Amino acid sequence: MARFFNTNAFRLAALYFALFAGSVLALFAFFYLSTAGFIETQIEQTVGAEIRGLQEQYEQLGEAGLVALVRERSLNERVDNMIYVMTDPFMHEIAGNLSAWPQRITPVKPGWITFPFDVHTRTGTEVHTALGTQLIVGGDRLLVARDLLDATVFRQHVLSTIAWGALISLGLGIIGGLLMTRQMLRRVETVANTTRHIIHGDLTQRIPLTGSGDEFDQLGGNLNTMLDQIERLMVGMRQVTDNIAHDLRTPLSRLRSRLEVTLLEKPNTARYAEVLRETIAEADQLLGTFNALLSIAEAEAGSRRDASTTADLAEIARNVAELYEPVADDKGLTLTVSVPDSLHVRGDRHLLSQAIANLLDNALKYTPSGTVSLSAARDGDVARIEVLDTGPGIPPDRREVVFDRFVRLEGSRSTPGNGLGLSLVRAVATLHGGNVRLEDNEPGLKAVFILPAVPAAQTETLRASDARPAA
Amino acid sequence: MVAAMKLLVIEDDRAAAAYIAKGLAESGYVVDQAFEGRDGLFMASSGKYDALIVDRMLPNMDGLSLISALRAAEVRTPVLILSALGAVDDRVKGLRAGGDDYLVKPFAFAELLARIEALLRRGPSVQATTKLKVGELELDLLARTVSRQGRAIDLLPREFSLLEFLMRHAGQVVTRTMLLESVWDYHFDPQTNVIDVHISRLRHKLDKGFAHPMLQTVRGAGYRLSVG
Repeated sequence: MARFFNTNAFRLAALYFALFAGSVLALFAFFYLSTAGFIETQIEQTVGAEIRGLQEQYEQLGEAGLVALVRERSLNERVDNMIYVMTDPFMHEIAGNLSAWPQRITPVKPGWITFPFDVHTRTGTEVHTALGTQLIVGGDRLLVARDLLDATVFRQHVLSTIAWGALISLGLGIIGGLLMTRQMLRRVETVANTTRHIIHGDLTQRIPLTGSGDEFDQLGGNLNTMLDQIERLMVGMRQVTDNIAHDLRTPLSRLRSRLEVTLLEKPNTARYAEVLRETIAEADQLLGTFNALLSIAEAEAGSRRDASTTADLAEIARNVAELYEPVADDKGLTLTVSVPDSLHVRGDRHLLSQAIANLLDNALKYTPSGTVSLSAARDGDVARIEVLDTGPGIPPDRREVVFDRFVRLEGSRSTPGNGLGLSLVRAVATLHGGNVRLEDNEPGLKAVFILPAVPAAQTETLRASDARPAA
Repeated sequence: MVAAMKLLVIEDDRAAAAYIAKGLAESGYVVDQAFEGRDGLFMASSGKYDALIVDRMLPNMDGLSLISALRAAEVRTPVLILSALGAVDDRVKGLRAGGDDYLVKPFAFAELLARIEALLRRGPSVQATTKLKVGELELDLLARTVSRQGRAIDLLPREFSLLEFLMRHAGQVVTRTMLLESVWDYHFDPQTNVIDVHISRLRHKLDKGFAHPMLQTVRGAGYRLSVG
């Protein structure tokens, strides 16, 4: 329960209730003030009209007529609660339905007066209050009043109605506030429950949505999208881990059995040295794989990204081509290079060099004969690097898979390589806001590497700043 | 070796330190060891070592601070930094702190040995020479010409740079990584052994038609340009 009082929802509900109660009370107060006086006003009007009527009668019929009229009116059992008292100048009652002139009313006082009077009922005597006014005609006095019983009853009725109304409204307010709070808490609770499940390892859980599209739904939807992303990443990670386990365990176990078998053989220093050298070479290959994995992870994490540095893709391509030219030559392949004078992109020269080197390395490795060509060109807003070969190519349905870590196509297992080259190329492309894809070169493979280019207008200034000697 | 060169290995991983020290001792060096930063700085400050091998992550005082402190104290002993951090930025930081070379762990011992040798031989001889001469091989840095026994050898620009580096380190083993870093300024490992191909081309041009080969392959380590 303490938790409940600490929630925002409770605070909101309390605030809501306070505002609600305040406005209900203000409304009722206004209602009371404007209705409670209503009956009194009506009595005043009735009595006033009666007085005016009697005065007119007096003027037409004279004193005797008035006395007769008052007597006649007083005969009725005060059905309309009217009170009449008429006295002579010496305060002797002439006519009326009240036993005596009310004591509290001083003989001459104009305006409205309230006074108590006795009402004889079957059970006894009650004291009622009356509201009236007096009229002086000739020497006589006439008091016309009306019992305030109706007004009192009405006022009490109004008061109790208001009291009940207020009570019910406030009660409803509290219940409403609690329900509202509960409702909000429940929505938050579902989110909390889901996240708890996820924390405990069930990543398939999603936050249930009501479909109303309200803020809670939006929040839940966003969280679900985030969870989808995390799940995708985790699946990817698991795949990578599986691949690593497979691709590293195989050479490691091979290495281990080689050492074990050598130990079983008859001791022979020359043979030992030979095996040790082989083992070192194999360990180096494993380390190379680890390093490649690390480079990919670094590129993927974007830890080397520095948007302020620019690199000349044309120069990078030329240098990489120059590095690989003897390799092509040795293999009897023609390597053609076509790059502009300069082609600036924002990015890391080392990573870009490595990416292009990997593409070229692959092309040269898998092309038995023919031509490999490397071209770089500006294509609108992008810099486009293409590596084309006349090798066996890659079937369309495998052109995406080969970017995954450790994926090597059947038939390429005999060539050296760790299946990480293209993964790095893709990581570098993504890091620089570009992409890489494989297409059909008919025949052969065409690798297209695209990066956002530095706008041509900036290129001139860049070329000028590149002129300073390298550090 | 006339007088054995003295090296100081500052490395907190005792197994790695022992392996490095043993290997260096086998190669004819006198090796001292320190296992944490402050001891290392104290020993290195004596100035009696010909080269230092400093791990980047050390207890009490990290390797880069140690090198900065040494350089501030005018100790110019060449330093080889060892580090598990291999990104280009890390390398730049290491060299900026005053290191002379940067070797990423894990490394082949042959690589460490080659780099130490390069550091030791470098010394003050990096004066503004315009001509390099190794045995019968001559390289003119200004005219950008190469000749052996007076016979001109036609080289491509990159082959020229490659030969220049080999001649500056004549008699020493230079590794593929050293060549990639120094001649091409690449800090990654190309999958195909491109350096071998470049070397064999250069060798073809240098040694063809001569009685003895000057450019040798050192198995498991790299290459050496020897007087022959």
